[in-house]
Amino acid sequence: MSQTTAVGRLTRAEAEDFLYYEAALLDEWRLKEWLELLTPDARYLIPPNDKPDGEPHNTLFIIADDAERIRQRVIRILDPNCHAEAPKSRLRRCISNVRVLGQEGDLATVAANFVCYRFRRYERVREYVGGLTYQLRLTPEGLRIRERRVVIDAHELGSLGSVSFIL
Amino acid sequence: MQYIIDDVENQRFLLHRGALVSPSVLAEEMEKIFAKCWIYVGHASEIPNPGDFVTRKVAGRPVIFVRNEQGKIDCFFNTCRHRAAIVETKREGNARRFFCVYHGWSYGIDGKLARIPGEEAYAASFDRNEYGLKRPPLLDHYRDFWFLCLDPNGPPLRDYLARAVEYIDLVIDQSPSGVMQVISGTQEYDVAANWKLMVENSVDDYHLPTTHSTWLRFMANSGVTIERTPRESGQVLPTKGYAISLGNGHFTTDNVNFRGRPVAHWIPLYGEEAREEIAEIRRELEERLGPERAERVANTNRNLVIFPNLVINDGSSVTIRTFFPEGPERMHVTAWALGPADESESARARRLDAFLTFYGPGGFATPDDVEALELVQQGLANWRSDEWSEMSRGMGKPESDQLNSDEHHLRTFWRHWNKLMQENA
Repeated sequence: MSQTTAVGRLTRAEAEDFLYYEAALLDEWRLKEWLELLTPDARYLIPPNDKPDGEPHNTLFIIADDAERIRQRVIRILDPNCHAEAPKSRLRRCISNVRVLGQEGDLATVAANFVCYRFRRYERVREYVGGLTYQLRLTPEGLRIRERRVVIDAHELGSLGSVSFIL
Repeated sequence: MQYIIDDVENQRFLLHRGALVSPSVLAEEMEKIFAKCWIYVGHASEIPNPGDFVTRKVAGRPVIFVRNEQGKIDCFFNTCRHRAAIVETKREGNARRFFCVYHGWSYGIDGKLARIPGEEAYAASFDRNEYGLKRPPLLDHYRDFWFLCLDPNGPPLRDYLARAVEYIDLVIDQSPSGVMQVISGTQEYDVAANWKLMVENSVDDYHLPTTHSTWLRFMANSGVTIERTPRESGQVLPTKGYAISLGNGHFTTDNVNFRGRPVAHWIPLYGEEAREEIAEIRRELEERLGPERAERVANTNRNLVIFPNLVINDGSSVTIRTFFPEGPERMHVTAWALGPADESESARARRLDAFLTFYGPGGFATPDDVEALELVQQGLANWRSDEWSEMSRGMGKPESDQLNSDEHHLRTFWRHWNKLMQENA
């Protein structure tokens, strides 16, 4: 991970490094390490496919976690009794088209494209394709995720089924 | 084919697994069940204004569910009368015309044929009045829940729903105005399992402690005390609940709440700041409905199945769920959140958050249900060697003692399903 100071401007290269590192943690199921990348007020959002611009207070999302719910989600999906992820999906995600959209103070907005391939036993690949929008906080310890919004491009989840891992 | 063994004397109920894998069974179901029963289309709140429409598939049929210029709800097959193309391609919107992009035939939102390019080429005998969009033979609603029936001789909807209306009423009673609203945002996902497995799963409370142990742990982590299950005969949940047949193959669970309800039982998960508003919601229920009914609305849960494929779960939140087969071994599920039309912004946000604690493809419980059903379907590959599923739990007890963790309601479904499959033969 790059060193970033709270007063600096986030560069694309720094954002890319951070997103690649995060992608590796998620693909490798290193979710406790991933939790350390979150700010105490972090949010993780996946809007419904039919309302990608919606907000969770008045729209039924697929996932709308605050920081505590994210922690509980990680506890749940690392539990061997999380049947949807036992055995764990094999994940491989590619992050691209990273853009720093802006920065206000220590908070930068970063957008990227993703493809996440998910493999489960007896199944063909499930391909999750979409856009990521981050609010990243620049802290003396490095970048931290304030908000992570994942928009799935498919018109409906359909054969993608559940989002039982961290997408 | 014998689908069920319903041996009341020996208290044994078995289901032939061929019913869950066979393409020919599915073909029969499309005729004898989906083309005979009342099937849920949508909720009036989805199309509040004249011209509002949604398009969706109902029992495999693309339809347009629309509110006409007079404010009345209507439903058309989404198929051009000329050469059959879909005439409305958008998922939802507001329209003045439905327009076929193939040759340009267009229809009013009343379904009447509005314009044919080059109409003069047709013979004098051609009567454009015969070419309005076709409607399903029957369309009706109960308290804003709209259903269609593909059988022109189908029974009146109210008769069809039988005692299920009591439970629909109970769900709606949480709204001070008596009006409920489908909330924006749809969850649509496939499950690689026969559609009837979702019927079973939607009401099967026997599976909760095992399938959803991580959800129970999450509730405990969130400060929700879930009492130990009493060692009473057969009970697997902390509170006692029942399975109730409602006639015509409909059924529900009915159990005392143990997990918090946005209307209206506070749990720590909702946050301290929500306490007062939930108490206020509860007071309104008591004033409007009286203490007994208010207790029913606020502190009991129900998972209701309207035969064959409409589920209304009123527990952690309220969800409408419907599902249609996509082949014998796959279904397409559509789920919505339902709430009182006039609830406050904070109550609405709490309802949606509570929904996600349990339900949906990213919820803390539904993905494990999906997994369980898919494991069933995978196991069913052995159906020719291991032919029967066992569904005798609770059999022999009087109907009034059937627990929600028994299988009485599952048997109710399968008996009715079997009757329709046999009698329309």
